[in-house]
Amino acid sequence: MTAPIARRGFALLSAAALAAAVAACGTDQSDDTSEETAAEDEAVVLYSGRNEELIQPILDDFTAATGIEVDVRYSGTAEAAGLLLEEGEQSPADLFLAQDAGALGAVSKAGLLSSLDEELLGRVPETYRASDGTWVGLTGRSRVLIYDPAKIAEDELPESVWDLTNEEWEGRVAIAPLNGSFQAFVTALRVESGDEAAAEWLEGMADAPQREKNGPIVEDVAAGELEAGLVNHYYIYEKAAEAGVPVEEFGPALHYFSPGDAGGLVNVSGIGALGDAAENENVAALLDYLLAAEAQTTFAESTFEYPLIEGVAGPEGQPALEELVGPEIDLNDLDDLATTVQMIQEAGLA
Amino acid sequence: MPAIVAALVPVAYLAWRTGQAGGSAIAEQLGRPRLIEATGRTLMLAGTVTAACLVIGIATAFLVSRTDLRLRAAVNLSASLPLAVPTYVAAFSWRAAFPGAEGFWISALVLTVSSFPYVHLPVAAALSRSDPALEEQSRSLGEGPWRTFFKVTLRQVAPAAVAGALLCALYVFSDFGAVSILNYRTFTQEIYVAWRLGFDHTGALVLASALVLLTLIVLAGEWAAAAPGRRARRESASSRAPVRLPLGRGRPLVYLGLAVLAVLSLGVPGWSLARWTLDGVSTADPAEVWGATWTSLYLSGAAAILTVALVVPVGLYVARRRGPLAAATERIVYVGYALPGVVIGLSLVFMAINVDWVRERFYQTAPLLVFGYAVLLLPLGMGAVKASAAQASPQLGQVAASLGAGPVRRFATITLPLTAPGIAAGAALVFLTAMKELPATLLLRPSGTETLATRLWTYTDVAAFSAAAPYAALIVVVSAVPIWLLSRRIGRQGP
Repeated sequence: MTAPIARRGFALLSAAALAAAVAACGTDQSDDTSEETAAEDEAVVLYSGRNEELIQPILDDFTAATGIEVDVRYSGTAEAAGLLLEEGEQSPADLFLAQDAGALGAVSKAGLLSSLDEELLGRVPETYRASDGTWVGLTGRSRVLIYDPAKIAEDELPESVWDLTNEEWEGRVAIAPLNGSFQAFVTALRVESGDEAAAEWLEGMADAPQREKNGPIVEDVAAGELEAGLVNHYYIYEKAAEAGVPVEEFGPALHYFSPGDAGGLVNVSGIGALGDAAENENVAALLDYLLAAEAQTTFAESTFEYPLIEGVAGPEGQPALEELVGPEIDLNDLDDLATTVQMIQEAGLA
Repeated sequence: MPAIVAALVPVAYLAWRTGQAGGSAIAEQLGRPRLIEATGRTLMLAGTVTAACLVIGIATAFLVSRTDLRLRAAVNLSASLPLAVPTYVAAFSWRAAFPGAEGFWISALVLTVSSFPYVHLPVAAALSRSDPALEEQSRSLGEGPWRTFFKVTLRQVAPAAVAGALLCALYVFSDFGAVSILNYRTFTQEIYVAWRLGFDHTGALVLASALVLLTLIVLAGEWAAAAPGRRARRESASSRAPVRLPLGRGRPLVYLGLAVLAVLSLGVPGWSLARWTLDGVSTADPAEVWGATWTSLYLSGAAAILTVALVVPVGLYVARRRGPLAAATERIVYVGYALPGVVIGLSLVFMAINVDWVRERFYQTAPLLVFGYAVLLLPLGMGAVKASAAQASPQLGQVAASLGAGPVRRFATITLPLTAPGIAAGAALVFLTAMKELPATLLLRPSGTETLATRLWTYTDVAAFSAAAPYAALIVVVSAVPIWLLSRRIGRQGP
């Protein structure tokens, strides 16, 4: 195999440049790094694809309760997944917390995640964890239609997401095709009604306004720029909080499609352990903490997401999780995701 | 030269990953339905923005250095600072001010008002160094001010202007923030789409390689255009104060134009930040703000020093030599600048993780992040240094050598002072661009290190705009310091 040699050669050459550069300007700060490595031995290293504002308070509670330090690296979920794939087995990370299942699946498929403890997995319904046990859901988020009540009357609202391709809705409902939750939802459409019907739905949405992410859809509905859009249920809460008004007075409203409709699919944010980190006591303690009543309640109260373990009340003002169950799909099935992605592209949406 | 190896890190990484992806993956990525259109759109946007930046940047630099404009230091500052406004903040502001604004023209406008300082800064530096004697001779021979401007001044600043224009064009290639908010699908957006869709980062890297090829074509075009002897060297080492052209009756018009420019480039984002602060209820923690400010200051400062240290030899080399090797060296340095920051970040992660020596000492440390900034921002420094060095007459060095001065002494007493304005302008450019850099920072920073840009991202991501506003404002304010120092030089000069 010549490949590793070439790889090393190139990497060495780059390293030589770095060394020369560091020497050239005298910014060598290597003394503080050796200390860090020593101090980090016991700390849990977490790569978080979820925002610091949401996650850090929960981790602070964990450290206060157990004395275990958590060293967190925040970035976007796609960036964190890319970083892990590039680092491979050399990754300093113990845990990967992701915004959606697709990213966990990509890292798992590369063989970087190991199976989690059976008892831990058992706390979460089967739908919301990996079939091979390499990751587990932490919170659930439902797909909803967000709309401007000033523009759409309640009795006009569609019962099913399939109605959106009818002429009356053409070009009125915004989507975010690059968003992982949207892609999972399209996978649900395929599972529910077959690829052909799903492809027709996507083509029917060709004229839909597009945004890069869910957040801008919610902002633009609130600003009166959009009539409606397909998003996750919790965005409206953070936008209302920033505006300093109760969510009922914020403007836009949420509409849930009828029970069992693919449009109401529940996605998860989840976590997986890298390499043999799951065997580490401190890592196990953090996983246990995140899937116990206290942290799950905090998620429900601060981010309005659905707790996934039994016996913890769901977010206020939201329908119960059981009522929302859409078609059964394997959120971890990347081959499925690849087909979905291809269909989204073929329909010209991305 | 370390700078060349540094510049090659991302290119080699992409070549490696693309080779690994294999033929069918490459074919699949390049066969993406919208790729051709995205290429066309990118070239159109880059062309429009670059042309507009050239006109505006040369005009502002000329007004500041060659006319009797008042408040020159302030004008210079306002013509430099837009570079410190992250394009996603600028784009966001425009969207907020004009709901529904999207597509080509608004993207071109936003990118132009954010990137014209790429031309202004090096051209102003070049003008402040160039000997006004040629212009005076031209005037004394009866040429009018306009003909003198086109026939003499423009030629003198051509190397600086071309270097700046190249930065504008390549920046448009790499920008993601503005075009994603304003819904204009460029090549870089296709890279993000490939990545976000199904988390396929191999596909995204194949596309990034294609972007490198596109960049090489642009660079080859610039090379061809640059071929005939374009550089005008000044013959005297003493820089005299230029005779400043009176603006005369055009003065109100000039002030009006500058005011409009300042409103478009700084006023709109400023107004938007004010609204974030007033409309939101989230608050920023002062201790956190100062911590991030300090971190940004020292990281960007170190990036400026390191980048300059790396580019000065290259800049001098390419300014002095002709021939294919010098030309190729110069252009290699530019390639990284056309790539999205995330690709640069990943390439350094790859390099660092695979070499034990680097991993053990530098992985996820400040020096590696600073090195990452340098790789990304090399061309910013090099363009400025080269333009300055190209104006300095080599005869001076030869005379000094004939008088027995050694190379170190020649460098310290002749080369360095003559290229100092270029070096300073380059360092300032690197400093303020590093301040707002986000994607590579997120990948390379030590865990827990927070810069102004990462804080801005954290808060805008959860819609806490009011808490985010001070960070965005500080990025601009802190960047103003080195620009202010630079512009005092320019402002002081002359009557």
